[in-house]
Amino acid sequence: MGGQFPRGAASIAGLATFGIGEMPGWSSLELAAQAGLRAVADAGMTMAEVDALFICLPDDQLAGLSFAEYLGLAPRFTDCNRTGGSAFMSHVATASIMLAAGYIDCALIAYGANQRSAGGRLATPVRSNRWEAPYHPLFPASSYALAASRHMHDYGTTRAQLAEVAVAARRWADTNPEAFAHGPLTIDEVLAARMLSSPLSVRDCCLVTDGAAALLLTRTDRARGGPKAPVAILGAAAATWHNAISQMPDLTTTAAAESGPRSYAMAGLGPAEIDVVQLYDAFTINTILFLEDLGFCPKGEGGRFVEGGMIAPGGRLAVNTNGGGLSCCHPGMYGLFALVEAARQVRGEAANQIGGVEVALAHGNGGTLSSQATAILGSAATL
Amino acid sequence: MSGAGPEAHWRAALAEGRLLLQRARASGTVIFPPRLAEPGSGDIALDWIEASGLGTVHAVTVIARKPPEPPYNVVLVELDEHVRLMSRVEGIAPDAVTIGMRVRARISEEDGAPLLLFEPV
Repeated sequence: MGGQFPRGAASIAGLATFGIGEMPGWSSLELAAQAGLRAVADAGMTMAEVDALFICLPDDQLAGLSFAEYLGLAPRFTDCNRTGGSAFMSHVATASIMLAAGYIDCALIAYGANQRSAGGRLATPVRSNRWEAPYHPLFPASSYALAASRHMHDYGTTRAQLAEVAVAARRWADTNPEAFAHGPLTIDEVLAARMLSSPLSVRDCCLVTDGAAALLLTRTDRARGGPKAPVAILGAAAATWHNAISQMPDLTTTAAAESGPRSYAMAGLGPAEIDVVQLYDAFTINTILFLEDLGFCPKGEGGRFVEGGMIAPGGRLAVNTNGGGLSCCHPGMYGLFALVEAARQVRGEAANQIGGVEVALAHGNGGTLSSQATAILGSAATL
Repeated sequence: MSGAGPEAHWRAALAEGRLLLQRARASGTVIFPPRLAEPGSGDIALDWIEASGLGTVHAVTVIARKPPEPPYNVVLVELDEHVRLMSRVEGIAPDAVTIGMRVRARISEEDGAPLLLFEPV
């Protein structure tokens, strides 16, 4: 019986981003609350109608409770579930099922972080475990570097192919006014950048920014009455196989190889039907791994798939059209920003709008390639 | 079962210079880090075994530091018993460590605690 999903029963009725870049003088809670207020307004609803909260903040394990207090809400259900940056795709799954069951009526998913203004470093309470910490890996960069080293060894993936991912992200960001990183970036510049944890240079790593995002989900029949076209949740699935990188069963295959097919099965769609793809690109290797694991190219071919600007504007597959974590924003947890960009593409209101989008995929990653979650969003035509 | 948990048992053995692993009695699967039960099956019939100490570098990264601090490597080693762990390969330039290199375990000490390191065979 496991694996059922109420395809299309719930929809995104409201969405917002806020404060992407630098927001000195703002707390993480204030940023998240502002995004939440804007998402509710975007849906043509009032905050008093929100009866379920799914909230992450970088510095508050009980963020949902703080958020309820701050806005004076009395939710029926509050979820502070965090599986790393993929948590928001799990929130979408939980909220969709609860909405379809009638357990809740209106779910607000929100995240905000001031990590750039507060210190300029990744804000996370997560650390290397006791089996890894004595060797002083950079957390989390070295974990991703180890996976990249193995992908290069097994499949001949090159640093230049990793650099293609960073360059494609920048080209999308260049025409997205909201993106934090603008300006030309070449493959040679990525290759010549300061090495952080080989084979990853600082240009293979995501940004450190402030920023907030929010989604408002309600049942699709209700969302149809709102000011914006509903974006239906066609499928959402999460998978985890390990936590520490030293325990990853196969360094070149992530649990996206499970979350993806399960989400496709729920949606009744496959990779060929996906019009635009948002992947959690904390590091350049992520995009290559997820393109493979989600079925956009065979295992091991990700490096060659991205060559020649093929995921950049004008390429064969539109990937991370906002500029991704590499060039748009990365306020500690990026998953919700991938979902917002996917929903904007389905609505037809993205900064880099792709023509004729009916189906968008948003994939989240958490931990050290550990937690994988895939959501598939569709227009009214897909219902 | 009595006394300390499996992790403390493993650390006490390391402090005595022994590298232990666990093996599930029924399946023969070797397990690391030490656990109460075989992952997946939940089988609690586990025996402690001495590791051969031999393994192969499975993945490697070199971490740069601000000069004059030297760079260092972090590796994943696959032991011949088919378990993987994080460590560092010493006795060779950090950037000369390659995937597939054969290595042997050595128990050292760092920050007042025993530490499992490797060196080229």
